[in-house]
Amino acid sequence: MVGPVHAPTPDAHPPLVLLKDITKRFPGVVANDRVTFALHAGEIHALLGENGAGKTTLMNILYGLYRPDSGEIWVKGRRVDIRSPREAIQLGIGMVHQHFKLVLPHTVAENVALGLAGTPFWAPARAIGRKLRELSQRYGLPVDPDRRVWELSAGEQQRVEILKALIRGAEVLILDEPTSVLTPQEAQELFKVLARMKAEGHGIIFISHKLDEVLSVADRITVMRRGRVVGTVLAAETNKAELARMMVGREVVFRLRKGTCRPGEEALLVEDLHARNDRGLWALRGVTFRVCRGEILGIAGVAGNGQRELVEVLTGLRRAERGRIVLLGRDVTNRSPRLLSDLGCAHVPEERIRMGIVPALSVEENLVLKRHHRPPFCWRGLLRPKAVRAFAQKAVEDYAIMTPSLRTPAKLLSGGNIQRLILARELSGKPAVVIAAHPTYGLDVGATEQIRQLLLRQREEGAAVLLVSEDLEEILELADRIAVMFRGEIMGIVPAGEASLEEIGLMMAGERRLAVRSEGI
Amino acid sequence: MDWVNWLVSTVSRALAFGVPLLWGTLGEICAERAGVVNLGVEGMMILGAFTAFAVAQSTGQPGLGLLCAALVGGGAALFHAFLTVTLRANQYVSGLALSMFGLGLAGLLGRGWEGKPLAATLPTLTLPGLARIPVLGPMLFQDQTVLTYAGVLLAVLLWLLLFRTRWGVVIRSVGESPATADALGIRVSLVRYLCVGFGGLLAGVGGGYLSVAYRPAWTEGMSAGMGWIVIALTIFAAWDPLQAIWGAFFFGALYHLSYRLQAYLAPELLKLMPYLFAVVVLAASGFGGARWRRRAPGALGLPYVRGER
Ligand SMILES: Nc1ncnc2c1ncn2[C@@H]1O[C@H](COP(=O)(O)OP(=O)(O)OP(=O)(O)O)[C@@H](O)[C@H]1O
Ligand SMILES: [Mg+2]
Repeated sequence: MVGPVHAPTPDAHPPLVLLKDITKRFPGVVANDRVTFALHAGEIHALLGENGAGKTTLMNILYGLYRPDSGEIWVKGRRVDIRSPREAIQLGIGMVHQHFKLVLPHTVAENVALGLAGTPFWAPARAIGRKLRELSQRYGLPVDPDRRVWELSAGEQQRVEILKALIRGAEVLILDEPTSVLTPQEAQELFKVLARMKAEGHGIIFISHKLDEVLSVADRITVMRRGRVVGTVLAAETNKAELARMMVGREVVFRLRKGTCRPGEEALLVEDLHARNDRGLWALRGVTFRVCRGEILGIAGVAGNGQRELVEVLTGLRRAERGRIVLLGRDVTNRSPRLLSDLGCAHVPEERIRMGIVPALSVEENLVLKRHHRPPFCWRGLLRPKAVRAFAQKAVEDYAIMTPSLRTPAKLLSGGNIQRLILARELSGKPAVVIAAHPTYGLDVGATEQIRQLLLRQREEGAAVLLVSEDLEEILELADRIAVMFRGEIMGIVPAGEASLEEIGLMMAGERRLAVRSEGI
Repeated sequence: MDWVNWLVSTVSRALAFGVPLLWGTLGEICAERAGVVNLGVEGMMILGAFTAFAVAQSTGQPGLGLLCAALVGGGAALFHAFLTVTLRANQYVSGLALSMFGLGLAGLLGRGWEGKPLAATLPTLTLPGLARIPVLGPMLFQDQTVLTYAGVLLAVLLWLLLFRTRWGVVIRSVGESPATADALGIRVSLVRYLCVGFGGLLAGVGGGYLSVAYRPAWTEGMSAGMGWIVIALTIFAAWDPLQAIWGAFFFGALYHLSYRLQAYLAPELLKLMPYLFAVVVLAASGFGGARWRRRAPGALGLPYVRGER
């Protein structure tokens, strides 16, 4: 009935989902090359692979967003042709998308109500809002149903995206990097929900770049590389190193080489900074710190405590209402992003696609975006394509950006390669200050390692690095000093060597404040 | 008490003149909220005007004329939807073509009727009781056709539909982010067809009103650029049906005044007034920025292609 069964079947039941010999080509790449993948009822099956390996493509095919060029899809032993997400939903498939699919100007409740069966005709948002409050409590994923999605931080948006899927309760749940910007606690809560669903007989496909997470949650793990399946292993019988080797094809170092910190002159000074968020409420209430050349200051904190606003003010994208910012001895409070970048301030933004690249422009154009107006890329107001090309060629090689060509629109690259492109552009002009927000979120282990190395190299070369991240591990690994933000204030700044996880945790929760000594800022 | 009379008649006429603007704007809001710009309003209105006149003239039933006008407007809009939603043609080009086509076709078909007055016109109402209120009565509740009140009611209903119902969430989501709606199983094309088609119905009625009620006769080009004002009004009203009510009547007043003041000012200048004002208003609403929440639907004017990054 099912035809030849490829994946090991634990029992006589047909798999919940069987993808057979799926091939999908995009201009210049084979995203899926005869991929076979089986999901059983009552299992969590993780899908691993480098950025651009084709995981999302495969899942989009299962969800009806892409049509495969060839191959078969079987659901519960029946051959199906999934032509749209609507048909996928009817087959009991739900999906949490890697690139959030949210209506930004709408409220959280409206987003959840959209297309949800059983919502009342009148005032659907109000009815859903009530249900949502209760569910988000139960699932440990707090959201405010009445807030508009564009006001939310990436972490909060991810919670909404997950709640949207959970509330629909699909039989087959695809989670495409659901934890990329969640806090560890939130991720743990999510895993509890998944375990419950698994026990109830749902099948869950789980994509993540966090190997520890995958090893603890999944039953089976399928690894993909460059569009092909490398193999499927039992989670209980493998380890991080083996998985990384399968994914990348080489050994991956999990421990970074990090020289001792020799802070130089002060590069960035922030004093009593006040700013409002998009809703007009105070997001920063007197933030003070300094970053010196040759050091990395990590900003830790739970999403939505003012980190985003801080980065925006520092890069000239948001008004500072009070306080001042001094860059290399020059007061740059409320000056334009262009001036800041000309002074040597690099920005690796939180929202890659929206703020990091111009999606429709080519890779080479994106690479020179900040400097297209100056020599050697510009001559008397005219662009010099040769110089642009030569520079782009070198950047693509240096930063190992995987792209079909230099002329490919940047939006077609995979997430990790988009991030490498941004770093290549931002770090190219020997920046004095690097402001990096969540620089490795969503990146595979190899790329994460490389990007962390790049940031460390910036520090060695004498740049001051401000690293904003919700990933505490990353902060502990990279930062020389750690500042913890809570409700728009810095709860304390501690040298990384002396920081205890517990202390930082307390400060993140706002339960502990360190007296900030004036020389310690 | 001369100025009271003047005021009463001005407001009353402004209402009458605002009706086609209101219906047209409500239709355009409906289409644009689903993400489709339809610049064919002028064409749909003139086709509606001609159809209503022709049907009313030959059957003696202005109501039937309006119904047919609605159907013709809706049909023309569905053609626009076919081009832009199914074939993914450029919405602006398709809309402009529809306007040209409508003006041309109505002119051609209406040759024999040019200048003919209509025998069976839409009756005006005097609302019992309300009309006897001093000043307000004659201003608002006399000499209006049913379409004035129906238009206001429709605006309220459309607002409720858009902002208080499940369908409204669907329509606005399709206009803001069709990819999101699609991923949740919403049939984006269907929603767009329905909204554009319904918008066309309303524009058709707006046009029909011109020839069976406002100026019961057929003259070529009698829509006189109203379709373009509708486009501006849609932005002016910030895609909000309730704001469209006073916007439409305000522009109705401008139109009316430009006739009234002909004795004092150059008529060419006066004819420019509504358009000039539309430009001023658009510029002003642009300056208001995000604070006014005057944002166009996010996917306005963009065809939706599934799976495109
Ligand atoms: N719509 C598209 N058009 C063109 N190319 C695409 C499209 N979608 C994906 N690709 C390409 O297909 C390949 C696989 O991409 P995919 O998004 O599936 O990778 P992934 O494994 O999910 O990576 P990541 O971990 O970064 O999310 C990449 O090279 C990508 O550039
Ligand atoms: Mg992916």
